[in-house]
Amino acid sequence: MAADSQLIARQPHKPKLAVWKFTSCDGCQLSLLDCEDELLLLGQEVEIAYFMEASSKVEEGPYDISLVEGSITTPADLLRIQEVRRQSNFLVCIGACATAGGIQALRNFADVVEFTSAVYAEPIYIKTLKDSTPISAHVPVDFELQGCPINKLQLLEVISAFLNRRAPQVSAHSVCIECKLKNNICVWVAHGTPCMGPVTHAGCGALCPSYNRGCYACYGPKENPNGESLCHWWEEKLGADRSTVIENMRNYNGLAPHFKAVSEEKERGQKGKS
Amino acid sequence: MAGKSKTIKVDYLARVEGEGALYIRYDDHGVHEVQLKIFEPPRFFEAFLRGRDYTEAPDITARICGICPVAYQMSALHAMENALGLMPTEPLRNLRRLLYCGEWIESHMLHISMLHAPDFLGYPNAVAMAKDHPQVVQRALEIKKTGNALVRLLGGREVHPINVRVGGFYRVPNREVFQALHPQLIEARILAELMVRWAAGLPFPHCEQSYECVALSSPREYPMNEGRIVSNRGLDISVQDYEKHFREQQVPHSTALHSVLIERGAYLVGPMARYNLNYPQLSEGVRGLAEELGFKAPCNNPFKSIVVRCLEVLYALEEALRLIDGFQAPDEPYLVAEPKEASGCAATEAPRGLLYHRYAINREGKITFAKIVAPTSQNQKTIEDDLRLMLPKFMHLPEQQLQGLCERAIRNYDPCISCSTHFLQLHLQHEAKRNS
Repeated sequence: MAADSQLIARQPHKPKLAVWKFTSCDGCQLSLLDCEDELLLLGQEVEIAYFMEASSKVEEGPYDISLVEGSITTPADLLRIQEVRRQSNFLVCIGACATAGGIQALRNFADVVEFTSAVYAEPIYIKTLKDSTPISAHVPVDFELQGCPINKLQLLEVISAFLNRRAPQVSAHSVCIECKLKNNICVWVAHGTPCMGPVTHAGCGALCPSYNRGCYACYGPKENPNGESLCHWWEEKLGADRSTVIENMRNYNGLAPHFKAVSEEKERGQKGKS
Repeated sequence: MAGKSKTIKVDYLARVEGEGALYIRYDDHGVHEVQLKIFEPPRFFEAFLRGRDYTEAPDITARICGICPVAYQMSALHAMENALGLMPTEPLRNLRRLLYCGEWIESHMLHISMLHAPDFLGYPNAVAMAKDHPQVVQRALEIKKTGNALVRLLGGREVHPINVRVGGFYRVPNREVFQALHPQLIEARILAELMVRWAAGLPFPHCEQSYECVALSSPREYPMNEGRIVSNRGLDISVQDYEKHFREQQVPHSTALHSVLIERGAYLVGPMARYNLNYPQLSEGVRGLAEELGFKAPCNNPFKSIVVRCLEVLYALEEALRLIDGFQAPDEPYLVAEPKEASGCAATEAPRGLLYHRYAINREGKITFAKIVAPTSQNQKTIEDDLRLMLPKFMHLPEQQLQGLCERAIRNYDPCISCSTHFLQLHLQHEAKRNS
């Protein structure tokens, strides 16, 4: 194949990688540091130009690839994400917080003022937004890598894809397929364990079912999920109550559009019933 | 007439976990103000845990921190079991200790090699350091991989493990799988001893402080999951009495609450506190090496915490080997309890120090109250005190060097800022400049 002059990897300078943190636990950035075997190699391929958790050296933008972790929860974040977008050629969101608001988006379904006073004696000092929102609610993003936490091998694949200007190969099918590939016995069919696997995005390697527990959807919704049907089965066949069903849609990816819609529909149904 | 007054300002501290800044106002006569400003946005875990099922607490609280999820899981489990009156069997208890060993190894090695060591050798990060010191970085990464392997085996994955549950584990791997890790642990133990020797030879700033050290302590072993809360100044209480002696207070400059000992104020938690209070419980090998290198407890120079972390890694590797050799399969992977209206608390030793959780649940098993006190909020005041006491000795240094030293003093603590709110900028202000 003829050399492609567009490849970032063939630029005269090393491509610049930046890693940004918004509201999060740092677990997804850490997945990069957990690449023990590949980290030093990656360091030879790209210039780690901005990565506050790992380096006190800060290089000015623009950056070829920005990895963004965390959700937007403060007035300062709103401004900072615009600046990150301006400085970035490609912007890739990593993790449930950046792609779906994260666990802290549970506040969106509650009263944040009450939350603040529940945790702080002097809520007046605390500057926080009413909602926790994904990055895509504020700026255009080039790719979203789901997971709480993300899978480090998928992260390396995504970085490699953007360096070489090709589409990332990240399967969009469900955890069920991963289970079958691992020859797991289905925890739902065999043991009646409620499992979010049928609607959940692949990437973890069907971890929970491999440990005899139901999937709790930490990778967010798969492509074209049917959450309504899943809820129906949970309620009708497994006897789960509605609040449990809502809780399972609303955990680490509660703002992912499909999960949000299903949980709100259920909530309306619940209210209608009472 | 006051002397020329200055400030140190770091707007975003690097190589710490989370977001924070430092502001110091001083002049030639002394330090007037030190503020470790944690501006990590609050995430309200204690608020949104309410209404969730008690079985979810270990999974949800793991998300407080990507570096020490196991610590959150362990404290949450023990607190729920305390509420429900569950007593994990000896084999389950040993497996939890093994999982915690894995987290101590991976978390300490991450801090030692990637966040802390570059400070001593003058590099901005581990990748740059690796160019001149490849052996050190590779050695550290090998040891860290061993910790990761332990967490992966018992927890499913390194970040936010999935296999622990109230009462025990979802699945207990068989003996053979643990035995397969044996050679890797033996190899890592050799490398860890080299790491201790290497760290002990680093150049340390002279900085002896006087701390009230607080840690768990148990006659049975070096503390991880259980014990009484003790200090070197006479504190000796059960975990149940934690809130009678410790209080969290809010300060305007930080989103992390400051925890104080009601009787005396600031105190130290973390590897140095653990080490100073529990030295006799370390293995003979670890103590022998510490003595050979002149690092017998107590250690009161915060810059030397890197050596203490290395010693704890060595201990954790030995302990993991011991636990694997003595592996006994539990009769059941977990114990079951019916939910009831109850409350319970627990404290465990996260890599960064004491971590306290308290919950109340209702008859349906839904959480009605949650309180979580992370190690960094307990150390915040001591970090500020360190700077206040340390600065006058180093005032003669050029401003940039002084600022670098302040940042290092904070990194000594491996502060986990995401945790404490429920990272770091430095503002160093000399009064005269501010006034000019």
